[in-house]
Amino acid sequence: MEISLAHYLALAAILLGIGMFGVLTRRNAVGILMSIELMFNAVNINLVAFNRYVTPADFTGQIFSIFVIVVAAAEATVGLAIVLLIYRNFRDIFVDNINLMKW
Amino acid sequence: MDSAIAPYLFYLFSFVVVVSGLLVVTLRDIFHCALFLILCLFSVAGIYVLLGADFIAAVQVLLYVGAIAVLMIFAIMLTAKVSGIGIKQQNEQVPIAIITTVAFVAIALYGLGKTIWNIKTDVAIPDNTTMAIGKLLMTTYVVPFEIVSVVLLAALIGAIVIARRN
Repeated sequence: MEISLAHYLALAAILLGIGMFGVLTRRNAVGILMSIELMFNAVNINLVAFNRYVTPADFTGQIFSIFVIVVAAAEATVGLAIVLLIYRNFRDIFVDNINLMKW
Repeated sequence: MDSAIAPYLFYLFSFVVVVSGLLVVTLRDIFHCALFLILCLFSVAGIYVLLGADFIAAVQVLLYVGAIAVLMIFAIMLTAKVSGIGIKQQNEQVPIAIITTVAFVAIALYGLGKTIWNIKTDVAIPDNTTMAIGKLLMTTYVVPFEIVSVVLLAALIGAIVIARRN
């Protein structure tokens, strides 16, 4: 029994699907941000797996996944700040109730 | 990594990742979701260790489990009035989202089963990746490295400006 590249890619595809389901169905803005983090992790598993099996010598995938993690951290910071601001103004963080810019 | 137990560890970590991921997107109490998100991210770090990426696993634990998850719990605590139990947490798109997600995952799995990957097995996997990644970040990838630090600084200032009380 040997674990191949396809096993890791399948895991990443399933995790990406779970995150996509969360983004599509969550009402809570923090829940949507958590689902986005799941999708980022799926992408990172893909990058590290390709790095291990396709380019093991030059670390391209691992370096790229570091950048993905850093950008995810920046996204979480700004996103949660926006959520807090929305909560302060509307007393609500359910995205289907916040429709000020929608007609 | 000892190759005899590596497959079992892979299935264990994958099981934990998938189950806790499903709980993250389906549970009603958003605080429990955050706790299962921590479990999921920790298991993903285990997957990185199995892939021989020890530095990425350490970064995952430090940044995701240590920083981002705490940030999420912080935001949940600050918005606790609307995050409580008894409020509907999912919108009316659940059936169509299930169909879309299952179709997407099925197409992705079918595609990756059909593809022939350009796998290199003759190159030795290094034991310690930290030194090599550090050298690459300071030589080949020094420009993206500096840009991403500016991005972090911009996000820091932006978050303070957005969340500040006037």
